[in-house]
Amino acid sequence: MLDIIMKVFGKAEKKSGKIAKERLQVVLIHDRASVSPEIMEQLKNDIIAVISKYMVINKNDMEISLANDDESVALVANIPVNSLRHKI
Amino acid sequence: MSEIIVITSGKGGVGKTTTTANIGVGLAMRGNRVALIDTDTGLRNLDLLLGLENRIMYDLVDVTSGRVKFNKALVRHKKYDTLYLLPTSQVKDKSAVNPEQLVELCKEMQKDFDFIIIDCPAGIEQGFKTAIAAADCAIVVTMPEISAVRDADKIIGELGRADKENIKLIVNRIRPQMVENGDMLDMEDINEILSIDCIGQVPDDEMVVTATNRGEPVIAMKDSTAGKAYKNIVGRLCGERIPFYKPPKEGFFAKLKKLFGMF
Ligand SMILES: Nc1ncnc2c1ncn2[C@@H]1O[C@H](COP(=O)(O)OP(=O)(O)OP(=O)(O)O)[C@@H](O)[C@H]1O
Ligand SMILES: [Mg+2]
Repeated sequence: MLDIIMKVFGKAEKKSGKIAKERLQVVLIHDRASVSPEIMEQLKNDIIAVISKYMVINKNDMEISLANDDESVALVANIPVNSLRHKI
Repeated sequence: MSEIIVITSGKGGVGKTTTTANIGVGLAMRGNRVALIDTDTGLRNLDLLLGLENRIMYDLVDVTSGRVKFNKALVRHKKYDTLYLLPTSQVKDKSAVNPEQLVELCKEMQKDFDFIIIDCPAGIEQGFKTAIAAADCAIVVTMPEISAVRDADKIIGELGRADKENIKLIVNRIRPQMVENGDMLDMEDINEILSIDCIGQVPDDEMVVTATNRGEPVIAMKDSTAGKAYKNIVGRLCGERIPFYKPPKEGFFAKLKKLFGMF
């Protein structure tokens, strides 16, 4: 009986159409952010080139990746700096 | 100069070929000169949907390989005499035609037609790349179903990378009753998820099957809901402003009605 009352007032379990929409919204964030290894490599080289104008960095130990959590995507870079360049 | 439209989807079996046939017939009914090119090499279907399977002499590969001129391979429709089909090869595979050849062919055909419509194979491999190469406009067909929408998103990404900016969406096989019950994605949901202009929603309709059985696209049938939807799509493609039908989603009242089984 309680179940029926809940249904009438729309508090019952979520409709499958809504579930589909929410699942899609999340999975597409991940799909759209997935980048091919080639592009990742190019991105890494470009970042090295830019940062090297200002700093001496340790290219071998640097890490670049895309981090996904449930709702968003972040570009995470860990770039060890050896020294700063003064005046270019 | 004709407009070149590719009908594509990502996921297979969502209704690309059905859409191609119906839009082709619809445009021809309005007096346009239309050429349909089937690029689903190895899996020839469009001829069946149009009832032209017994009239094929040459195919797309005969044309792109230079064996015959395109006008020799074109099959004219019996009933709509401004509609032509360039059938695909049933024996070759997807690599038999490359993008440059299709671009070249469309360029040659453009002066003879108002519309060239290309039916694309499923997937994102070589056949897809060939099919989209010549197009100014892409119509992405999807279904109100989670995997079909995901694949449509993938295709939209690929089209963007290929610099195709004019992309439109058709949501096929909507079941209004399920949408009304909140158990199916509707056009608005999918539109919001994919952020692509929608030019039509086509209901799931048994008459699509009977029409296919007869080789006469459903757009020609008077009492078909899918046929009506395709007519609207053709109208919108021709620049008419036709409002969209919005199936109501289940609200409090509908639930109450159902519960008491009254009105
Ligand atoms: N609106 C509809 N209502 C009912 N049945 C439909 C509808 N649209 C398509 N179909 C059916 O779905 C099936 C697949 O359609 P179709 O061949 O057009 O898809 P496709 O995307 O071209 O497939 P493929 O990827 O294999 O080329 C067919 O049997 C067709 O009759
Ligand atoms: Mg097909």
